[in-house]
Amino acid sequence: MPAVPTSYYLGLSGVLFTIGMIGVLIKRNPIVIFMCIELMLNAVNLSFIASGRHFGHMAGQMMVIFVMAIAAAEVAIGLGIIVAIFRTKETINIDEINLLKY
Amino acid sequence: MIIPQHVGPIDMVAVIPYIAIICVLAFVLLLVPGLVWIERVVVALIQDRLGPNRVGPRGLLQSIADGVKLFFKEDILPANVDKMVYYLAPVLVIVPALAAGAAIPFSIVKIRLDSGVVEPIPMVVGNVNIGILFILALTSLQVYGIVLAGWASNNKYSLIGGLRSSAQVISYELAMSLAILCGVFICHSLNLVDIVNHQGGYWFGIIPKWNVFQFYGLGAVATIIYLIAMTAETNRAPFDLPEAESELVAGFHTEYSSMKFAIFFMGEYASMLVVSGIATALWFGGWQPLFPFLAFIPGWIWFIGKLMTFIMIYIWVRATLPRLRYDALMSLGWKKLLPMALVVLFLVALVDTLQTPSQPVGSHVAQGHLAASMVIGESQR
Amino acid sequence: MGRGLAILNWSLIGFWIMAIISVCSAVLMIANRNPVRSALFLVLGFMMQALLYLSMSAQFIAAVQIIVYAGAIMVLFLFVIMLLNIGSPEALRERGGLQAPAAIVLAIVFLLLLAGVGALGGSQINHLMNPSVIPNYGTVDAIGKTIFDPSKPWLFPFEATSILLLIGVVGAITLAKRRL
Repeated sequence: MPAVPTSYYLGLSGVLFTIGMIGVLIKRNPIVIFMCIELMLNAVNLSFIASGRHFGHMAGQMMVIFVMAIAAAEVAIGLGIIVAIFRTKETINIDEINLLKY
Repeated sequence: MIIPQHVGPIDMVAVIPYIAIICVLAFVLLLVPGLVWIERVVVALIQDRLGPNRVGPRGLLQSIADGVKLFFKEDILPANVDKMVYYLAPVLVIVPALAAGAAIPFSIVKIRLDSGVVEPIPMVVGNVNIGILFILALTSLQVYGIVLAGWASNNKYSLIGGLRSSAQVISYELAMSLAILCGVFICHSLNLVDIVNHQGGYWFGIIPKWNVFQFYGLGAVATIIYLIAMTAETNRAPFDLPEAESELVAGFHTEYSSMKFAIFFMGEYASMLVVSGIATALWFGGWQPLFPFLAFIPGWIWFIGKLMTFIMIYIWVRATLPRLRYDALMSLGWKKLLPMALVVLFLVALVDTLQTPSQPVGSHVAQGHLAASMVIGESQR
Repeated sequence: MGRGLAILNWSLIGFWIMAIISVCSAVLMIANRNPVRSALFLVLGFMMQALLYLSMSAQFIAAVQIIVYAGAIMVLFLFVIMLLNIGSPEALRERGGLQAPAAIVLAIVFLLLLAGVGALGGSQINHLMNPSVIPNYGTVDAIGKTIFDPSKPWLFPFEATSILLLIGVVGAITLAKRRL
């Protein structure tokens, strides 16, 4: 059975990345923005795996493992920051979190 | 008993996974009423009560009567709920539990191939080489059903139950994964069939080489950690805080009635059966007989016997121990079980390296790393 | 009829089903106002990605994808959404204005750029329709042996990641605790 061409996976990865990017640009809720960043990371993972399979090299999967570990650390820190902001400002609307402006 | 490969037009080797699917589904779904009856009878016995004794001989038909009652009850939808999530939650409770059963091997059959060779074929739906990871992935999905049920019910008790459950499950999953990794280290495989096969044989012809007896007692410590964590994972007493009836009415399923409630109930028992099945396959030798002279008893009877032992332990613990306070639950999970599991994992790896110096240590450490990344993810709480 | 069935490429059909579901779930994720539903659609997308990894015979990564992303990270997201009680749809009003149209225009430009890069530099990939296959590509065995092979460059980053995770633990506790 012929396999699915690598370019298809790369195209899907690009589309998913773009959708994630739109989400980061238009959403006002930092938690949803965070989810969109996760989606973008996942899109990149997809292209890593597809390229790794294409060239018959383990590097694709290695990079995905590192991306996942770093994503886990990033989520822990990021959600911690969101909870801390919510405690002090009682809001998580990203337009009102502007203390660093002054 | 040796079965020939071709019985009439049927190729037995190809048919075995389908037989296994039917066995797993029928076993889990049909056993649940029986388990409910057993639980009620045993708890009544321990607490010196009568227990079910009205419907049928010795109350045997009680569960069926309950099922019929639930089936005909009115299906109530609370006001202002998120309907999609509300209906999705019971499905998310039962599907991962049933799907996880697919990777648990429960017996072995000897088949004489057409070439004349007798080949032992494991009875398992999918003999995947990442069996343990597959099961871990599915059990980690089970928390969604409970969390979403609590959130979608639009009820403060349910929400607290759901929150408690998510915190509890992700806390104990770490200890559970690390304990499972000890078993993986002992057997050098993630495939449950290989793990069970590895546990065949006896020391001095009498002590079975099960993982629980392996590695100078380390296997036993890991087993105990696993058993505690599995009780917490399935939200059973003394860790049943998500549904603590004295404080939260019934926790996450307060607002569910009729068959949706029955599905939550079935999901709880199905996941009990699945984690007991993992314990059996991983620590207690799966279908391997206890003593060599008992080998004439078929493997599936051994498997079900061990499984039912764990179910009885569940019931016994439920009837004996009082419910933990929430902070005690968290400190047990994070401050006692997790460090203990890490130390045991380290010692198991050390012993393994000393025993087989030529063996590269690395191939399974990757998952230790994975577990560490999960520690991070949840430490945020 | 039988000939038509033989031409049908089942792995391609599977790919299209998974691709459509994952794109739809991503769109629904950003279109939904309710964060809990967004999170659920994202979980669906992660599942589809795990299936896509499986279709590329990366079994270990597929399992880890579900355990880490669906089992740990998204549960944490749901936990925080419920903790802050922002799960109701009206809790946060999206601001109107030029932001959404501008974002979509930018996204189209970005996609065109990607497609252009793919068309120019991707010739290497396009003519090789059948990817090369190495034995045990996605198994735990192969991955573990690659990570811990001293002759390959992965061992040091792997150990460095553990330090990073430790920093993550300490940072998260510092952030989340009111008083230390």
